[in-house]
Amino acid sequence: MKQFTYTITDPVGIHARPAGMLAKAAKAVDSTVTIAKADGKSAVATKLMALMGLGIKQGETVTVTIEGGNEDASAAAMEQFFKDNL
Amino acid sequence: MILMQGKGVSKGVVKGPIYFYQRAEAAVSTAAAADIEEEKRRLEEAKAKSAEQLNALADKAREEAGDEAAMLFETHAMFIEDEDFVDCMNDALESEHCAAERAVEMAGEQFAAMLAAMDDAYMQARAADIKDVARRILNNLMGVAEGGIDSDEPVILAADDLAPSETLQLDKSKILGFITQGGSGNSHTAILARTMGIPAICGLGDSLKQELNGRTAYIDGETGKAAIEPDDITLTAFQAKLEKQQEMKLLMETMKGQEDVTLDGRHMMVYCNIGSPEDVAAVHANDGQGIGLFRSEFLYLAASDYPTEEEQFKAYREVAAAMDGKRVVIRTLDIGADKQVDYFQMQKEENPALGVRAIRICLNRPEVFRTQLRALYRASAYGKIAIMFPMITSVWEVRECKRACQKVMAELDAEGIPYNKDTEIGIMIETPASVLVAEELAKEVDFFSVGTNDLTQYTLACDRQANDLGKFFDPHHPAVLRALKLAADAAHKAGIWIGICGELGADLTLLETFLAIGIDELSVSPSAVLPLRAEIRKSIAKTCTLEKLEC
Repeated sequence: MKQFTYTITDPVGIHARPAGMLAKAAKAVDSTVTIAKADGKSAVATKLMALMGLGIKQGETVTVTIEGGNEDASAAAMEQFFKDNL
Repeated sequence: MILMQGKGVSKGVVKGPIYFYQRAEAAVSTAAAADIEEEKRRLEEAKAKSAEQLNALADKAREEAGDEAAMLFETHAMFIEDEDFVDCMNDALESEHCAAERAVEMAGEQFAAMLAAMDDAYMQARAADIKDVARRILNNLMGVAEGGIDSDEPVILAADDLAPSETLQLDKSKILGFITQGGSGNSHTAILARTMGIPAICGLGDSLKQELNGRTAYIDGETGKAAIEPDDITLTAFQAKLEKQQEMKLLMETMKGQEDVTLDGRHMMVYCNIGSPEDVAAVHANDGQGIGLFRSEFLYLAASDYPTEEEQFKAYREVAAAMDGKRVVIRTLDIGADKQVDYFQMQKEENPALGVRAIRICLNRPEVFRTQLRALYRASAYGKIAIMFPMITSVWEVRECKRACQKVMAELDAEGIPYNKDTEIGIMIETPASVLVAEELAKEVDFFSVGTNDLTQYTLACDRQANDLGKFFDPHHPAVLRALKLAADAAHKAGIWIGICGELGADLTLLETFLAIGIDELSVSPSAVLPLRAEIRKSIAKTCTLEKLEC
């Protein structure tokens, strides 16, 4: 299992469009990616509506967990995705 | 003959069959289904078809309007494949033993309700996206035609009024014109029609009946008249107009790629007025030589809170890049008076046209101004942006604006963010005061642009919003035209250019006067570019007179 934290800088947070992009990115890796908020609520990153349901806003810090598959490659890809898009 | 009268909201004449826009309103049955496996199969099929349609729409949107627009449809396609959404539909089938239609409806309602309950206005609005997706699957299940037009030949589309998502999905190659029962000049239908350059009439009311479906109609988007089985006189009038329109169209095509120059060699810059980045397509289609007025209000009016620097930067950059080095004049925030935005929490004023509006808001709220200027300067690295300040009355205001610009440039320098140091700065000439001190103002800026609607309003003391001032509100009044001349003389004395970005710029009866005054630029709506070009190319600048100034 690998983990990293990230603070959202996108002014709209993880809304529909960014959530769609995130779900797409999470589907592209061979590991299970989970996003958790500080209050403990979490969602599997490939589930678009569950992601949107978290209502993650700018300035919030999320914990991203990567399990199974090639964890190193998946973690690197997800970290890059967050930096570029969120 | 059936003659209907509405409000013409987009010019042009067209003949074609009336087709009523179809919405999937058939009731969804809650009865138990005979074969659940069969329902599952139907659902899978409808889902696949919906995803296919959405991906095709995404491709089309990408081609027409870029990645941003495509993402909306891609996100919709992802909703359809979302595991939780799919599970919810399948669970409903299992537990309720209902038809696929009912399962889609239930899942759509459940997820829309989840979003609507969220503590965030933006997310609440996404409930509409879920409903949109559910409706698409339902349409496919029930065999209702995509885009609402199930016709092989192009039609005159009739409706009560169309919602934005509905206009977005229409197959535009099948629409000759629009006629609606409700709506106004500002409705989505009217805006779409003008952008597409096809005729539209709204406000036809009850005279537009469903039973007219399929009948052949003539519509005139200028006069607001629609006729079915016209009598001889009406028919002749419509046909004459159609022929003239066809001739004009051919003539206009020959104008593309031509220079905006008079017979005696005087050049005129013919630019376009736009209200959002989407309008750039129309500028290209009509061969506009630049953008003389990009109203930045859309960013503020469409939002429920102050637009961020990033959002603004993206919009400005998009337009600057799309215009590929041609000049793009962006006007800073011009709200107040007739354009109100709730989150600005402006005090109610007795005379809003004479109140805190436009540049006055910016100078009173440096943070709002700074955000916009930062976005503008950042975008200046991506094209030829010029910044224009509205509602100027005094030299000190211009100096304060320039100081704000210098502060922003110093910030960007310190942060190492690229921008164009030589970004042109100009002002709107729309108050009598600015005309009277034009010589001093001209020394401060790179260009003038005359807003004729406001200049007329303030010069003639006539409220432009009032309906019953009619004949008193006269933009051809010699006082207005003389004000133009005063401003133009001051501009030229200081060696700067002057344009007109108000509606008067497209008034062909004044072209001679503008040439005589020495106006350098006319910024008009994209559809007015080619007719204006045709007229300029027939003119001889040195024989134009100031006759209309009556002096």
